[in-house]
Amino acid sequence: MLNSHPPQLLTLFAGVFGVLAFASVVGWLLRWKVGRPNATVDNLIARVNAWWVMVLVLGIAFAFGKPGVVVLFGLVSFLALREFVSLAYTRRGDHWALMLVFFVFLPLQYVLIGIDWYGLYSILIPVYAFLVLPILAALSSDTTRFFERSAKVQFALMICVYCISYVPALMTLRLPGFEGGNILLVAWLVLVVQSSDVLQYVWGKLTGKRKIAPELSPSKTIEGFVGGVASATLLGALLHWLTPFAPWQAAAIALVVCLMGFFGGLVMSAMKRDRGVKDWGTMIEGHGGILDRLDSVIFAAPIYFHIVRYWWEP
Amino acid sequence: MDNREAMNGLLASLVARSICGFARLLTGARALWKGCAPAAVQRIYFGNHASHGDFVLIWASLPLDLRTRTRPVAGGDYWETSRLRRWLIHDVFGGVVIDRVRKEGGQNPVAQMVEALDGGDSLILFPEGTRNVGDEPLLPFKAGIFHVAEAKPEVELVPVWIENLNRVMPKGEFVPVPLLCTLTFGEPLKLVPGEDRAAFLERARTALLDLCPPRG
Repeated sequence: MLNSHPPQLLTLFAGVFGVLAFASVVGWLLRWKVGRPNATVDNLIARVNAWWVMVLVLGIAFAFGKPGVVVLFGLVSFLALREFVSLAYTRRGDHWALMLVFFVFLPLQYVLIGIDWYGLYSILIPVYAFLVLPILAALSSDTTRFFERSAKVQFALMICVYCISYVPALMTLRLPGFEGGNILLVAWLVLVVQSSDVLQYVWGKLTGKRKIAPELSPSKTIEGFVGGVASATLLGALLHWLTPFAPWQAAAIALVVCLMGFFGGLVMSAMKRDRGVKDWGTMIEGHGGILDRLDSVIFAAPIYFHIVRYWWEP
Repeated sequence: MDNREAMNGLLASLVARSICGFARLLTGARALWKGCAPAAVQRIYFGNHASHGDFVLIWASLPLDLRTRTRPVAGGDYWETSRLRRWLIHDVFGGVVIDRVRKEGGQNPVAQMVEALDGGDSLILFPEGTRNVGDEPLLPFKAGIFHVAEAKPEVELVPVWIENLNRVMPKGEFVPVPLLCTLTFGEPLKLVPGEDRAAFLERARTALLDLCPPRG
């Protein structure tokens, strides 16, 4: 199975394993040096361990090619949606709308990507779901906080299904001279955006002083933001050999997706504060919920998809 | 006949495990033991009642060895109406089935619960008496829990707040929506000597309500 994959993928995974091994060693050394239990070190080790699991899951999905990526992100959407709706205020009158969201729109979106029907998967949620869901809620004749409830159901679907589904949608792009390489578009996006998160965290921990938005997120600093986004942009440019982009194009796109990722984190933090929680869930040890890990990818993926589709697809 | 009973027991425990597994998978049920640990102490777990799945979730959150010694108290008007329900409540869940409305010649619910406690088992009880479908977070408690506590003052009463299950499957719906549920187990309380009915019910209700996260 693996020999049908672009050779760069194995190189990439080898590199990522190397970085994770390095991070694990750093974690153990820190624990050994500190000697006693320390919240920051323990959290660092938990985060690195979770990364091992996430990279392995991603690797297994990649080994199955497009079906693997579609199924994986379909499951991710389900888990994200479950976290999101659990924290949103809904009432009995929303039950049918929620049933449709979970059991019709979510699977349908991924089926449409699986069969490569761009004309429908790009409008299924912004057009059809947008109009049908409030109709169902209205039919329940419960008008209490109706505006807010329909907005929340719609937003949940856009964030957790529509935006996330742009990651597997990358597999459907037809780029001349890049046939069979679409999985690398996915790998590059996930790697650059997630590295940006990690590098922002590292730069922030090492040099962070001035907080960007203390009322939204106590851990985001100007130093972390600038250092993280700049180094992730550089990483994106250095990894241009994974993509159909020239180095300067890779840098420009990396900058855009890192900025989108950063603002995604900010928006999702604002929502968490509004709901009075620190994390979206508890699924990923050290990170919080699946939405805490994916907030940046959610905001970056659709823009990335459309940049590539507009300029690289004939 | 023995063979059939053994088969039935096997099937019942298999069904019990599947239902627990399914409930946990669907709701990602997370148990927060805030006020006490899951210990082998005789207890009455009392919770807010919004869905038929309530006791299943409390039951599924208990470790297996405690689960087999913990019996849900259920209303006969729902559970005795078909063969399947009767089998589920008696053989699978080992429930204590009571008449919610006292009937002429019917069994006394308090006596049934006390009898189960005398047998050494723990109970799961919903003192609101009926499923809450309104906007109030918690209905007033019925007196049963007081009478049971009076008869068995040594048994710990543990409040359990179940969050979100009313949204997973509201009353009257039959397709569940998969949302994350959290069960918060509070600090055990006991009947204080000389405490009257109203004061005790209010104290128990407040203890449960204190576990409810803020709404909005």
